[in-house]
Amino acid sequence: MAAIVLKDIEKYFGDNYVIRKLNLTIAHKEFVVLLGPSGCGKTTTLRAIAGLEEIDAGDILIESKKVQTLQAGDRDIAFVFQLFALYPHLTAYENIAFPLRATRESAAMVDARVGEVARSLRIEHLLKRRPSALSGGDMQRVAIGRALVRRPKAMLMDEPIGALDAKLREDMRTELKRLHLENESTTVYVTHDQVEAMALADRIAIMNEGVLQQVGTPDDVYQHPANLFVAQFVGSPVMNVTKASIAPEAGVTRVMIGDGDAAFEFAGELERRVAALATTDREIMLGVRPEGVLVTRQQSAGYIPVEAHIVEPLGAYDIVDLKVGGQFLRARTPSGYARAGERVWARLDEAQTHFFSARTGEALDRRLER
Amino acid sequence: MAGVGLDGVTKRFGRHAAVDALSLDIADGEFFVLLGPTGAGKTTTLRLIAGLEKPDEGEIAIGGKNVGDWSVAERDVAMVFQYYSLYPRYTVRQNLAFPLKSKVHRYGPAEIDRRIAGAARMLRIEHLLDRKTDKLSGGEMQRVSIGRAIVREPRVFLMDEPLSNLDAKLREALRSELKDLQMRLRATFLFVTHDQIEAMSMGDKVGVLNHGRIIQVGTPGEIYGAPHDTFVAAFVGTPAMNLIKGELSGGRIAVPGAFALPLDDAGRRRLMLNDGPLIVGIRAEDVRLGGEGVAAARVHHVENHGVEKIVTLRAGDCLFKATVPAMSPVAVEDSVRFAWNQDKVQGFDAETGLNRTRHDMAAGG
Repeated sequence: MAAIVLKDIEKYFGDNYVIRKLNLTIAHKEFVVLLGPSGCGKTTTLRAIAGLEEIDAGDILIESKKVQTLQAGDRDIAFVFQLFALYPHLTAYENIAFPLRATRESAAMVDARVGEVARSLRIEHLLKRRPSALSGGDMQRVAIGRALVRRPKAMLMDEPIGALDAKLREDMRTELKRLHLENESTTVYVTHDQVEAMALADRIAIMNEGVLQQVGTPDDVYQHPANLFVAQFVGSPVMNVTKASIAPEAGVTRVMIGDGDAAFEFAGELERRVAALATTDREIMLGVRPEGVLVTRQQSAGYIPVEAHIVEPLGAYDIVDLKVGGQFLRARTPSGYARAGERVWARLDEAQTHFFSARTGEALDRRLER
Repeated sequence: MAGVGLDGVTKRFGRHAAVDALSLDIADGEFFVLLGPTGAGKTTTLRLIAGLEKPDEGEIAIGGKNVGDWSVAERDVAMVFQYYSLYPRYTVRQNLAFPLKSKVHRYGPAEIDRRIAGAARMLRIEHLLDRKTDKLSGGEMQRVSIGRAIVREPRVFLMDEPLSNLDAKLREALRSELKDLQMRLRATFLFVTHDQIEAMSMGDKVGVLNHGRIIQVGTPGEIYGAPHDTFVAAFVGTPAMNLIKGELSGGRIAVPGAFALPLDDAGRRRLMLNDGPLIVGIRAEDVRLGGEGVAAARVHHVENHGVEKIVTLRAGDCLFKATVPAMSPVAVEDSVRFAWNQDKVQGFDAETGLNRTRHDMAAGG
């Protein structure tokens, strides 16, 4: 079982504390994405698993064995980098076969393994070419082929499709995920692109400033962000976040946003559920994704009048910047639903509204139950 | 402020026509986006309008006047680049003042102060005015670069991928800021990008450019809903429009070895194509999954996008995408049935790639 366990990992670069007591278990056959902005420690973590970076404290276990003392080559792990690290003078075939040459496999065995990998990557017709005659996507397919051919216990990938253009990235995401389903190798994948993380991962581990922020399935981190950092890092367009205060009234709770820019009505028990968690500080931040801001063209109960300030048509839907007092809230609407400058009515979907401590950024209530 | 017109403009570098008989009409006060892949001729077009390049053929007009023999300064346009070219050891205020102290445009101190204050307020960088530019974040630097264009009060703003170097979140925020700015200034913006989301979200009009030629000019809705050809169809929209080779025969679209979808009379009449091969285009959001579907496929791949899932379906060798709500229970290798929204099917000529679909603009715009 090629599970990977990281226990209390710490790493310094000089005075720079880049990994801070990281604990993470990657299950056998699991596809885990380390997601975060540049400098968050995700690549250093990956390199530590690979043995390319020594750690200052903690344990790394692969198949329940501590590997800190093992050289990179002895960990039976394959690494795919962002930049296609291929040998320019060798054909695609020889590049893929290269790791097997060192193990002195028979020629027939090498041929069979290269053929098998090339088939699953759909690059059989390219095997005689040198890297200079390949497109970016095909070069990266060859690089992945070279990693797969050894049938490693685990695959580590560092932004493997980050250098490709947008359309090709879209296609490669599908291929990588299919490949994982076929090979079932435990995979740790590093990216700063939340779309990629959401699309590929069984579980996402989100890092910031060397600290693991949240680990969960894509649905978990999207729908139940543990803190403001995760809430705003995952999802596009970004979650609306604004100062808020809550006040109970007869049977309802009024949620004021901004500096009293607007008040939305929520169910009566909201005050108890959120305030109970916020006893230490009453400064609250409200977060709601654009799809949680509900818009209608008719005046309706519970909706407040707002101005559709800017309409961004994205084809399948529109993103509308609503002017709510001095605040802007972005809403997702059907294409052509609202026009710029028009008055519309809005409310917040309670089930999709999050509350955070303004002081710590921690979620006060992991999303209210429906 | 002024409109911009290009009439049959060609610019060659050696034997290669970077811009090829290009005609464009950009209205006064319009946010016009020139969209195309790398090497399409977008930047060359901007430089031609700015007067930094001379066309080999054709005419360029600004504010209705032929500017063929006008200097860069006389054209009075402002350019904002992808790489912010700020003076690093100077403050934001000094950087904003530079364009107002040039030989051609020289203003008094009171006027300079007024313009800097106005631009800073508009861009919300008032608190940064006395900071040195090397202490600014990427987003702040790009705001200052835009500020340097605003203070000049030019007749036209030319923007060359100004958001490309910023991270995703910042790009998103600056998209609506720029659109808001253009509306408040009532300025003519010509904005160049390879990013179709920027083009769709900001442009009043979008011109799609490829190999130096304009392929289509239209509102974002027109470009998305009625693409001129398979190039535009594949370039605009995420995920890209499904483009599938098929056969039109007897009121249905057959994809050999994969599936056949019936067309009703209205659906058939929309397609101005004879029976025979075609390329059929359908967007992911117009493919519906469900028991009442008219054909079968397998789930090849599922991508979680938070608000929704994008499912890749497989029928025979044919892969295509469908958008489903976030909570839909679909798993890889599930057998599913699907149907297409017939009003949204696009038929392209299999030879030329040209769209041969009748578009009811009232519904499609």
